Amino acid sequence: MSLSARSIALHMSLIAILFILCFTLSDYHQGNLARILVLATYAIGYNVLFGYTGLLSLGHAMFFAAGLYGLGLPMHLAGLAPLPAFVIGVLCAALLSALVALLALRTIGVAFMIVTLMFAQCVFLSILYFGTWTRGDEGFVIPQAARQIMGLDLTDPTTRYLAALLLFSTALLITARIMQQRFGHVLIAVRENEERTQMLGYDVFRHKFLAVVISGSISGAAGAAYGLLFGYVGATFASVQYSIFPLLWVLLGGAGTTIGPLVGAVFMFYLIDYSSGFTNAYMLIAGVALVLLVLFARSGIMGEIRKRWVPWLP
Amino acid sequence: MPKLMTSRRSLLKGAAAGGLLTASPLVARFASAQSSAPIKIGFQQHATGIGAAYGRWYGRTTDAAVKAINEAGGINGRPVEIIAEDDGTDPKRGAEVVEKFANQHGTDVAFGTLFSHVVYGSAPAAGEQKMPYFVVSEGHHVASGKLNRYTLQPGITDVKSQVQAMAPYVSENLGKKVTMIFPDFAFGHDHRDFFTAAIEAQGGEVLEHIAIPPTETSFTKYFPKIPRDTEVLYHVMVGPAVLTFVKELGEFFGPSSPEIFGFIDSLEAVDLSSPGLEFLEGTYFWEGNPRYAQADQTSFDKNFRAAVGVDENGASVSDPADVSTYAHMFGCWETLHVIKAGMEAADYQGPQDRQKLIEAVEAMSDMAESDAHPQGPKVFNGKTHQVFGKQYISRVEGGKLLRVHATSIEDTLYPDEVDYTTMTF
Repeated sequence: MSLSARSIALHMSLIAILFILCFTLSDYHQGNLARILVLATYAIGYNVLFGYTGLLSLGHAMFFAAGLYGLGLPMHLAGLAPLPAFVIGVLCAALLSALVALLALRTIGVAFMIVTLMFAQCVFLSILYFGTWTRGDEGFVIPQAARQIMGLDLTDPTTRYLAALLLFSTALLITARIMQQRFGHVLIAVRENEERTQMLGYDVFRHKFLAVVISGSISGAAGAAYGLLFGYVGATFASVQYSIFPLLWVLLGGAGTTIGPLVGAVFMFYLIDYSSGFTNAYMLIAGVALVLLVLFARSGIMGEIRKRWVPWLP
Repeated sequence: MPKLMTSRRSLLKGAAAGGLLTASPLVARFASAQSSAPIKIGFQQHATGIGAAYGRWYGRTTDAAVKAINEAGGINGRPVEIIAEDDGTDPKRGAEVVEKFANQHGTDVAFGTLFSHVVYGSAPAAGEQKMPYFVVSEGHHVASGKLNRYTLQPGITDVKSQVQAMAPYVSENLGKKVTMIFPDFAFGHDHRDFFTAAIEAQGGEVLEHIAIPPTETSFTKYFPKIPRDTEVLYHVMVGPAVLTFVKELGEFFGPSSPEIFGFIDSLEAVDLSSPGLEFLEGTYFWEGNPRYAQADQTSFDKNFRAAVGVDENGASVSDPADVSTYAHMFGCWETLHVIKAGMEAADYQGPQDRQKLIEAVEAMSDMAESDAHPQGPKVFNGKTHQVFGKQYISRVEGGKLLRVHATSIEDTLYPDEVDYTTMTF
């Protein structure tokens, strides 16, 4: 079986398992997994930039928030229908990521991290500043009645799960396809050795620019979906911690692997969920887990599996 | 698979323990109920994150209220069990916690949230899970009609009523020309909008609105913006920088400051004798419930303090440095007693009666000052799901807060903005 066929088989199997889980999990875990699938989509977006292109952003929450507010504000203020609002959300994130890319890609390394962090702070503070419309830190609720698409009630747990799965599957298959094509190979080349890639004649800036836009758009789609599926839009999602989360999920799951973001998001979610049942210091447990992973599995869970046992893992 | 081993000794021990338990008066009291299974109340607690100081005291108050309710026979003859989950003072986790209450713990109701953004984040989940969600937040979110029929705030008043009730006292006793300093986010904007309207209705005016960005750590540069003819400085700063704010304000004004009026939210869980707070002497504060036991302390307040473990200075009886969030935490006590009254009125038996419970609470109106309502008498508005009650103004004298004014409930009322009873379940 060719690498490409194996990759397709793996991804389709994963999607099939997630589909079956929708009907076999308890209500609680079904609800959790719906949320995780949206967050994993956010991590997939982050992985395009960090895992494959080697650009460490500390400001991805701005793209998530652009999607969230791009969807939420037209629905909240103008009563727009969910589907066009979702499209607007993704377009807002795409536009913002293009603008940020144009400016931030003038920097590299630590400076890139700081510039993205600063842009994200600008977005966060703007949301607070324009509180008259955004309701600032409190945010606002998208009513249950407004969260319907073509007769489908997105507040119904099964419909919500399937919508989240559709979003996740789309993002997963798109990124897997991109990474199998020449464009994706160039991104990996940029990550491995930017100067050499440039010397080989590739337009590194163009590739990095597109990577930021693809990454930001997927993150924005996750943000828009979060608002639509869970009914809340708030500035917390634009704060620094929501820029750190996708980094952690990708690091834990395995940077530069297609299913690592999902594995990381699941691991982190349930680590916090279960450990908070024992102690209020559950973030300490999460921190220790992260340290152990960095010490003993530097490539993350899926990265280590690829390194040790399954070298073809995409 | 682990083997289940039961020895004769452990069996005897178990039987003895079971015998003791069934013979205890507590179980005898609960035994008359149709079901002796506990009423499960999910407590969404800010155990970590920015609300942790509040969460700690909300937890203590909740435990004390449940102990008192259980000692008095529980609810409908059934014991009450609290299931606490930390929401990290985060709206995303808050929603997850509500879903966990509904689908994993199987709680009858959820309660306890303070921070407004967590309420906003969690309320959709409560509505979707059809879980009665009793918040103790003082936000205007419930009464504004932005949430849903499953969300109620029957144990603490909202910021709109608190702020507007301050205006008559401020304009009559402190001055009519006000400058407001507030954090530049939703909490501060609520104060800006509600107080500005209220003071204008009293014939006063706000000379200057000074919004402080939430990331600010030093405030001196903002003080020159305070107009010279300011008679009252109204401040509602919150967060870790509040001590710096007060200290710098004191350094800026020296001994000749205008009258200063603030909300105790700034200094909840903070000892007034902390270094740098000397400047607050002679200034005024809104208090939801007076932190220091007053000369005319009611027996209800005395009992409430004793039950929660708070001394006459508003600190823990076991640690005088552990100052409570006294202006807010009574809300947990009162909310739990409202849940008890609502469940008893609805003859609540289980989750199938959740709608009956909400209707029973919506039907409530007057709540007399009592051991169940130690902060004072209240009026519940079933249409807006919001309770209204007295507010208190205290002056710092000798490093303590001395109550100088209590508003009437009428001072806190405003026209309804929603009628939740017309919404479907």
